[in-house]
Amino acid sequence: MTQLILFNIFNGLIVGAFYALMALGLSLILNLSGVINFAHGGFLAIGAYIAYTLMPYVGFWGALLVAPFLTAALGLVVERVLIRRVYGRDPLYSLLLTFGLAYIFEDGTRYIWGAQSLPYPIPGWLATPLSSEMFFLTGYRLFMVALVAVAVAGLFFILNRTRLGMRIRAGTLDLETVSVLGVNVRILRNLNFGLGIYLAGLAGVLAAGMLGLQPTIGTSLIMPSFVAIIVGGLGSLPGTLLGGLLIGVASGITTVFFPSATEAVMYVMMGVVLLVRPRGLLGEEGRIH
Amino acid sequence: MSGLSRTTTAILIWLLLLTMPYWMGALGGYTELGSRVLVLGLAAMSLNFLLGFTGVLSFGHAAYFGLGAYGVGMTLKYLAPSTPLGILVGVAVGALAAALIGALIVKLRGVYFAMVTIAFGQVFFFIAFRWNSVTGGDDGLTGWSRQPLNLGFGNIDIAGNGTAFYYLVLALFAAAVGIMAVLLRSPFGRTLLAIRENERRARFLGIPVEQHIWLSFVISCLFVALAGTLYALLNNFTDPRALRWDQSGNFVIMAVLGGMRSFWGPLIGAAIFVVLQDYVSSHTENWMSFIGLFFVLVVLFFPRGVLGIIRRKAAS
Repeated sequence: MTQLILFNIFNGLIVGAFYALMALGLSLILNLSGVINFAHGGFLAIGAYIAYTLMPYVGFWGALLVAPFLTAALGLVVERVLIRRVYGRDPLYSLLLTFGLAYIFEDGTRYIWGAQSLPYPIPGWLATPLSSEMFFLTGYRLFMVALVAVAVAGLFFILNRTRLGMRIRAGTLDLETVSVLGVNVRILRNLNFGLGIYLAGLAGVLAAGMLGLQPTIGTSLIMPSFVAIIVGGLGSLPGTLLGGLLIGVASGITTVFFPSATEAVMYVMMGVVLLVRPRGLLGEEGRIH
Repeated sequence: MSGLSRTTTAILIWLLLLTMPYWMGALGGYTELGSRVLVLGLAAMSLNFLLGFTGVLSFGHAAYFGLGAYGVGMTLKYLAPSTPLGILVGVAVGALAAALIGALIVKLRGVYFAMVTIAFGQVFFFIAFRWNSVTGGDDGLTGWSRQPLNLGFGNIDIAGNGTAFYYLVLALFAAAVGIMAVLLRSPFGRTLLAIRENERRARFLGIPVEQHIWLSFVISCLFVALAGTLYALLNNFTDPRALRWDQSGNFVIMAVLGGMRSFWGPLIGAAIFVVLQDYVSSHTENWMSFIGLFFVLVVLFFPRGVLGIIRRKAAS
């Protein structure tokens, strides 16, 4: 029993790490540009499939390194051509636009790579369990958690220690002033979008190794990411991270006792948070309006 | 817009709707398609009560649509073979859920309101999807069908006769749309418009904004649930896709496509959307891409919708 609970807590942590990675990207874009990127899951799937396509040529590690950057590049183009046009308009339009993009991405990946799920090979030494007692603790899973941790640390380093990050944070608070101070806001939003999509692409490559590939791989991850943002607190990136891990672990534990409520539990958590603390766990006051 | 042309529009629409079963076939359609336009049009118009006339963006209305659908299906399957009872249960369940969730979210605005409504919508999707023994899970709820209406003095065979069912849908559509129109002309409706135009000023005037938005949300969801019950009755079937997030998006695009600022716009949007989807999905497997592209094009080129454009032309 303890082993089962441990297994599910660890599993929840991994799933939560994915949610967090997705949600951090979503949050970045939402905070700076006010756009809910419905197509985020689509970008995740594309990242995974790009890695799959590249792997025969550049190997597992090459794909892991390159695919997220290619996904981010696609993100930069999409932002430049489409998303930019709805900045400053009613949020309705950005929602509909990215919603349509999500349809196109899902259908596009199905068209190009097929509807059936594809296996995503990982190096043999990563796939073996570390010990027979802790059978669930494969090297790949540990590696994933470690890599997500590195990515998150990298993100916070960029935001807190670089000029770009400083501008993103400033823009989140007051974009107009940042613009008046001579920062090119168009480029800033473009790069910020790319950064968010990079995280989605990375999550996609990692998810592929664990779940295999299917066109709907991103769609199933996007709703929990919304929940992670709301639970963690609107406008707060550490909150988003916390929210993602929290709902992941919560659904992991629920799997042990009440499997059919695995997904529902995070929405219950969201309801409770909205009831007792509408701004979310680490949210700043006043952001919700 | 003068009052006269508005009345003319309404008369024209009602005439078209009343005679639909007689001209639909000549245009290559079928009565069921007409019923579908009416049902989804009702859903889009109900959503627009909140979206266009209160200015609150809900992206999760499929949840209440689906609750209505499951409410009527499960009543007919497990409780009693009565169509009116099923509709009542479906509407009540949808409205109740909206009342509870609405109370949690009325303080949120804009993007955040949208995000929370989307997320909450998924709860019901997962319940329908996971609770196999009762809801039929992914395969949907089967093993039930709409029952003839018993009026005491005789039966109306809505079960076997598609045209009779169309007129039942039309009658309920008329009732729902009539109530919404009256509400919008009442002081309550005017207050909603005031909140849409300037929430802060409405608040300064002492209007309890949260209560109004909550009530508008519940009314909107109630009629969406009604549409959901009719949709399930139309198909004699419902599945979790009726309450998934993509369905919510479809409702919003219908409202936008027709024109959010006009009362009848969403119905026109629904008609265009339903016919387009029917056509595209029978011609290509990749209908999702076309619908997605359609979303993108509407946002970029027709943000005011069909009626918005016509009005603008008429005004200039």
